[in-house]
Amino acid sequence: MSESSLLALLRAARGAGVRISTAETLEALEAAALVGPGDGTDLRDTLALVCAKSADEKRLFEDVFSLFFAPQKPAAPKLPAVEERGAGGEAQGGGGGSGLARMILEGDRAGLDQALADAARAEDAQAIRFFTQTNALARRMLDRMGLAALEAEIAANADPRLREGLDMLRAEARAEAERNLRLFGREESEALREYMLRRARLAAISPRERARLASLTRAMAKKLATRHSRRRRVAKRGTLDLRGTLRRNMGWDGIPFLLRHRATRVARPRLVVFCDISGSVAALSGFLLLFLHSLGAVVRDLGAFVFTGEAIDVTTTLKAPDAEAAIARILAEHGNGSSNYGTALAGFARDARIDRHTTVVILGDGRGNRAPPRVDALEDIARRARQLVWLNPEHPALWGTGDSDMPRYAPFCRQLRPCRTLDELERAVDGLLLLHRA
Amino acid sequence: MSIAPDPIAAVAEGLGRTGYIASRPIALALHLAQHLQKPILVEGPAGVGKTELSRAIAAWLGLPLHRLQCHEGLDESRALYEWKYGKQLLYTQILKDRIAPMLGDAPGLGPALKALEGFSDLFFSEQFLEPRPLLAALREPRGCVLLIDEIDKSDEAFEAFLLELLADHAVTIPELGTIRAAVPPLVLLTSNGMRELGDALKRRCLHLFIGLPSPAMEARIVAARLPGIPTVLLRQIVLFIHGLRALDLKKLPSISETIDWARALTLLHTEHLSADLVRETLNILLKHEADISAAQPALAGLAFQAKRDAETGMPLPA
Repeated sequence: MSESSLLALLRAARGAGVRISTAETLEALEAAALVGPGDGTDLRDTLALVCAKSADEKRLFEDVFSLFFAPQKPAAPKLPAVEERGAGGEAQGGGGGSGLARMILEGDRAGLDQALADAARAEDAQAIRFFTQTNALARRMLDRMGLAALEAEIAANADPRLREGLDMLRAEARAEAERNLRLFGREESEALREYMLRRARLAAISPRERARLASLTRAMAKKLATRHSRRRRVAKRGTLDLRGTLRRNMGWDGIPFLLRHRATRVARPRLVVFCDISGSVAALSGFLLLFLHSLGAVVRDLGAFVFTGEAIDVTTTLKAPDAEAAIARILAEHGNGSSNYGTALAGFARDARIDRHTTVVILGDGRGNRAPPRVDALEDIARRARQLVWLNPEHPALWGTGDSDMPRYAPFCRQLRPCRTLDELERAVDGLLLLHRA
Repeated sequence: MSIAPDPIAAVAEGLGRTGYIASRPIALALHLAQHLQKPILVEGPAGVGKTELSRAIAAWLGLPLHRLQCHEGLDESRALYEWKYGKQLLYTQILKDRIAPMLGDAPGLGPALKALEGFSDLFFSEQFLEPRPLLAALREPRGCVLLIDEIDKSDEAFEAFLLELLADHAVTIPELGTIRAAVPPLVLLTSNGMRELGDALKRRCLHLFIGLPSPAMEARIVAARLPGIPTVLLRQIVLFIHGLRALDLKKLPSISETIDWARALTLLHTEHLSADLVRETLNILLKHEADISAAQPALAGLAFQAKRDAETGMPLPA
């Protein structure tokens, strides 16, 4: 196996989601040279050992490997039929004309495959990115193989075998183009899809996209977590910490050998979230909970309440190792009925542990179905908490219309921002962690 | 064309002689690790023989095995080296009488300090160094097998500390300088997937995933461990376990549990599996109360099926 095709394989694997670094690429080349091609299984296992670093990645890699080497496997379905006819053709002494026509009439399957592979290389089939390019690529490959000559031959010589051969070639070229798309087009189209998903309204996400979105959410949360976990103490340069210095130098009778400077400890926030899980807000609440859960150690302590009519403490339920399943269970169990912000806020103010280190995040549209809004309960929460942030899935223009009590709640929130997509969610949480630092 | 001897098969055979039946990917990983001088990171469920593998390698190559068991809060002084404080203190006390007259001759503070400097290095020499597994592994003259067990239980800081060792086979001790291995040790790291390991560590390793074995493989493993076991019983055991693993259990029985169970059944002079016998000995296979009660209703069927399939004489699924 040549070096260039090995590199192409690794590129395809990268597109499929296996993370392969440059150092690993070099190692893969070295290891492949050491093991040799063998029967393919050893090579596959070798590359999987060097490049794929988890059970999931190994599975992905094996899929790509078998797809990559698919055309070199024998026994394509159409082969026998063509060969029979080809054998007949030879008996008649047919053939001649263009190379392609001769190969079809002779049933030279190996020759055709070779011509197709050559055409694919010449047309740079690996550069394909989007499915809309498939037809054009297939057509270009056929042109390069000498389609024009073959068509002229068919016009002159109405041998049905040539026509069938042409149909077969068309199908094969298309299959080859599609295979290349699946191998090499994945990277770009995945990136595009991810871009779209991040900007899609979460309430309107189809269940099919949900799993993807969940993994995307976790990745985003991890990124935020590393950004905010780096510094625990920020030094105030130059200000001497007199008490600390004396204590530290007690062993030398208080003679200050080692100085200590003042530092501000970066507080890890205590978060308490209060999520509306009625109707349209439910999906967004699920993602917020998943996001916060994935933040891990950046948040010191995460309390979670959900409500439709009454506030329900789900903190312990959320601590389960499989957060996604836990959240789905919470939504299914408590997510019926219409929301009543008044009673829920009053219950939340009573039950939640809110102190001056706590950031309270409320997620909801503020539509209490004309029940008493209990602004006093929110005021109580805002007074006890360090800060109160309200995320609203509605566009600001709609706040205050119909049964929305947003304008009455707004004065008590340090921040009030619309939050409909995953991107906005990320920005909101990022802001939350920054606010806490100030 | 002459057929070159297959080095990978040779590795598998060598391990087989020590009683460890290695699948081809395992042998391949070891072959690569030896030639590329890279550590192997072994992942897989508990009890599939991750730790056992390094023992087998050490026995096969005839090299000593150094083992570092990771746990939370493991630091350099436990993993790498420590000064023998007690010994240092004791020696200074004993040598006090000797040092005093030597310093007494020196006129003034400066010369005395200079004279003392000559001794201080004496107390931070190899004589007072307590090597822990990592340092001991580097100092083996013929090389060795170094097993870093359950790396996922250690802290992330320790993982970062390991990088120098894994890449350069060297460690730096401030008082002594860099200690480099004369013969690089063959390093194996194991992980149960308690937490996701860092990318930097993974990049430096070959990643080997050992899953639960196929029935044919498992039969070979059990037979290697318990040579006296009757073939019919062995087939029944392996097929039964295979069926049990298809159930929805919290902790699937692994190879070590299969071996324990087979040993127990041979001690009981069992010839055939029966539902009652399985029920009585189930606590060897399943370690959770919930799993035992979940498996109960399926036991009779599984035992019957295993017995029937074992008697057909068909080869076990590979």
